Amino acid sequence: MMKCPEHVVEYMHEYLDGDISQEHEVVLKEHLKQCDDCKKHMSELTNVIAFIKSAAVMALPANFAQNVMVRLPHKQKVLRGVQRFLRRHPVLIAAAVFVLLMSGSLLTVSNPSQQFAVTKDPQLIVEGETVTVPENTVIKKDLVVENGNLVIEGKVDGNVTVVNGKYMASTANVTGQVEQVDETFDWLWYKMKSGFKKLFSNGE
Amino acid sequence: MDPLINKRVKQVLKGDQNAYADIVTLYQNNLYQVCYRMLGNKEEAEDAAQEAFIKAYINLHTYDQKRKFSTWLYRIGTNLCIDRIRKKKPDYYLDAEVPGTEGLDMYSQLSTGERLPDEEIERMELQERIQYEIGQLPDKYRSVIILKYIEELPLQEISDILEIPLGTVKTRVHRGREALRKQLGDL
Repeated sequence: MMKCPEHVVEYMHEYLDGDISQEHEVVLKEHLKQCDDCKKHMSELTNVIAFIKSAAVMALPANFAQNVMVRLPHKQKVLRGVQRFLRRHPVLIAAAVFVLLMSGSLLTVSNPSQQFAVTKDPQLIVEGETVTVPENTVIKKDLVVENGNLVIEGKVDGNVTVVNGKYMASTANVTGQVEQVDETFDWLWYKMKSGFKKLFSNGE
Repeated sequence: MDPLINKRVKQVLKGDQNAYADIVTLYQNNLYQVCYRMLGNKEEAEDAAQEAFIKAYINLHTYDQKRKFSTWLYRIGTNLCIDRIRKKKPDYYLDAEVPGTEGLDMYSQLSTGERLPDEEIERMELQERIQYEIGQLPDKYRSVIILKYIEELPLQEISDILEIPLGTVKTRVHRGREALRKQLGDL
């Protein structure tokens, strides 16, 4: 009995896949002439293929396409267009949101900063854009002056804040903290801080 | 690749749902054959094929129009079938009745490698026997054998569908043929 060449079964599969080299094909064909076992193996493989290929085409169930169309999800069309846009341009969307938020906050901040404003109190003397705390008076509250100057001759029992203006007094006349805010970002910071304070004092 | 299909795809993406009917009509037969051969059960094959078309519709924006639509669709279909095969494996019993199904469907409930008695196999008709033997293959051989010999697709396309290297497809086809050879004996 003769010895089968190495990889002869592999050659059979290469042959069946139609990508066998000429070299391998010669080896395979020569060998199959002489070896009954390999010849049987090869014919079994070709039978397997013929067997599977004889599978009948299955009839498609009735109304298949209609049933698919009925099961499709509905009314997503508009949303889908938006979703597609969002998915394709994430950076653009992020940039747009950023610009929107930034311009919004800058606008609301810069608007009131043009106007003169002062905490209302009947004891205060207001002349033009100068606010005076007269001598021998005590203001028992926090004092805020926006876009104006503050002169303290009396006493303030609380915090003092001057925005975009001058503060003229010796600190000894103020029991609380004195804060002067001049630039937009300081102002922003001040707004944020007072916003938080309000938030927390409301919560209490 | 196919101008008609790409036209329909664009129409669907623009919101014309009805344009999808043409796509379904064109591929329904092929996809149903694959699902039936994978699952071995008509009802389940119908459900899986429908699910594949719906999934393709929902994810149509991810389809790359420079590639073949059928490859993309076959991929969705075969993945769904493999998921179903894996899910149903643990909960079947040979002696349990499958309501509303015929004998053919019982064989598909067998796990791979667990064969029926010889007499019973010999009593099968040819078509029944073919599906039984396909169902006996492990799922990774089953999918390549079906795509190669039922759908008659080139090996390269099978590699694209299953997203496995061409060499792996060849190995699986070889092993699938050898497995069937052993199952069939000297038929």
